Amino acid sequence: MENKTDTLAVRLFGSSISYMRKSLFRILSVGPIPNHIAFILDGNRRYAKKRNLNEGMGYRAGFLSLMTLCKYCCELGVKYVTIYAFSIDNFKRKPHEVDAVMDLMLEKIQGMLKEESIVSQYGVRVYFIGNLELLNEHVRQAAVKAMEATSNNDKIVLLICVAYTSTDEIVHAARESCEAKRARVRSSGAREGNEEELKVVDIERHMYMGVAPDPDILVRTSGETRLSNFLLWQTSNCVLYSPRALWPEIGLRHLVWAVLNYQRVFPLLERRRKQM
Amino acid sequence: MALNCSNNSRFLSGFGVRVFPQPGKLEFDFARLIMFLRWLEATILDFGDEMHKVYMWIWSSGDLGLRLLWHILHLILSTWYFIIGLMGSVESFLISSGLFKRYRDLDISKVQYLAVAIDSDEALQTLKVLELLRWLEAIGLRKVCLYDTAGVLKKSKEALTLLLKNERMSSETASDPLVEEKCLSLEVISFSDGKQAVAKAADVLLKKHYLSSNTEKPKLTESDMTDALGAIGYREPDPDLMLIYGPARCHMGFPAWRIRYTEILHMGPLKSMKIGALIKAIHRYTMVHQNYGT
Repeated sequence: MENKTDTLAVRLFGSSISYMRKSLFRILSVGPIPNHIAFILDGNRRYAKKRNLNEGMGYRAGFLSLMTLCKYCCELGVKYVTIYAFSIDNFKRKPHEVDAVMDLMLEKIQGMLKEESIVSQYGVRVYFIGNLELLNEHVRQAAVKAMEATSNNDKIVLLICVAYTSTDEIVHAARESCEAKRARVRSSGAREGNEEELKVVDIERHMYMGVAPDPDILVRTSGETRLSNFLLWQTSNCVLYSPRALWPEIGLRHLVWAVLNYQRVFPLLERRRKQM
Repeated sequence: MALNCSNNSRFLSGFGVRVFPQPGKLEFDFARLIMFLRWLEATILDFGDEMHKVYMWIWSSGDLGLRLLWHILHLILSTWYFIIGLMGSVESFLISSGLFKRYRDLDISKVQYLAVAIDSDEALQTLKVLELLRWLEAIGLRKVCLYDTAGVLKKSKEALTLLLKNERMSSETASDPLVEEKCLSLEVISFSDGKQAVAKAADVLLKKHYLSSNTEKPKLTESDMTDALGAIGYREPDPDLMLIYGPARCHMGFPAWRIRYTEILHMGPLKSMKIGALIKAIHRYTMVHQNYGT
């Protein structure tokens, strides 16, 4: 009997916290809400060391933070969330570390494919952004399957950057535009094609991140202030925010602070966007 | 409510029913019951109307209440930044007066190349920009890159270089052999040196690898892109540290290819720049440890 009342009390407490959070989001919604927020998930290994856990647990704690933050973003009304899950530079880590991350990713992607997953519950459409050829066969296939399975969801879009760096994305886009241009030249005849130069719009059309608009806020946890080759092309007009908390420690207060700062400079960003 | 009650009693008595029934009179009970139920229904509907009115009042003034709360949140944020600004001013005053040992022994050699991104409206204050360059030179920096979106600094580049050179000539003796070494080399870029430069470099690659050769799928790599950018005139190294002078913490379109691992620090508006804050920012950079992904 006591267990039942405890659960009830916990449930009531949980729903009152949820009600307060939704009221806070209602207040924030008076001002402009960002359409797209990007996160660099930095600090998982430091968190594990700090809490005397093994590294794998650091990444799992990071995954829980990710789910919580996606839920908050969904409630706030953010339409696109991008995360920097794995960089091409991270392949330089020790093989057992890389394998641990890949195994966790495979486990979580397979979890997404289930009916009762958070992804289906919240209507999340998932994209995997990056040079997927660099991933092992299992992870790549699971990623492609997850993208297909969630293609009908429309509440919020989650872009997961794996095997991604901004410079690789730019080179890939340049390569694709060159090939498209060559195909046009070959089909239409040499004289017409050579007069036109490649333009910025041609490159942007072939970017991996072309499926989403430019981010409005970029959050990098653990206090580091560099972009580490993430979304360098897309962040021309994006507010950068570096809280000192490690990624598994990130919470509602950081999201609210980021959105308030964004709202503060929004008129200036709008003016700059029109000028660019 | 009082008016309704008296109306109801009149209503009930109009049907020949006494408001307070006598015991034993069973034949009127059924009709009385129906009357009572109708009275109850009317009261509930009136109560519902009242509640609806109160709810609409809360909703419309609730919107105003939300706006007030939103403004209060932003007021708290502005107060916080004001306090931080005051503390920052005191700290930079103390730093510039040489009170802290760690800021006196600054290892400037760690900053090989510094970038300064300035908001285009603020970049019009050429004298402020000149003062900033003077400070950077005094701290010991030799290679600086200035950036602004609209290209305002490109127009004032000649004036800035001339003024800096004049100051150097007038302050140093003519026979000083180290005059050339102490020069601040200045690179000035704008938005067109970012995305459009990459498009031009891709065009160079197109002509070199795709249109002239017969290879089906040339493998373009990042070093090919770097070489192509070098071929069209962009040979400067990547900045180690970027300082942003402007209202928002945003790199304003600085060439993407060059800021892969650059530390980005926001210094606030140009008009409130302080040398102490500059020294603190450079010191903070020298304490940073980069993993480069490993």
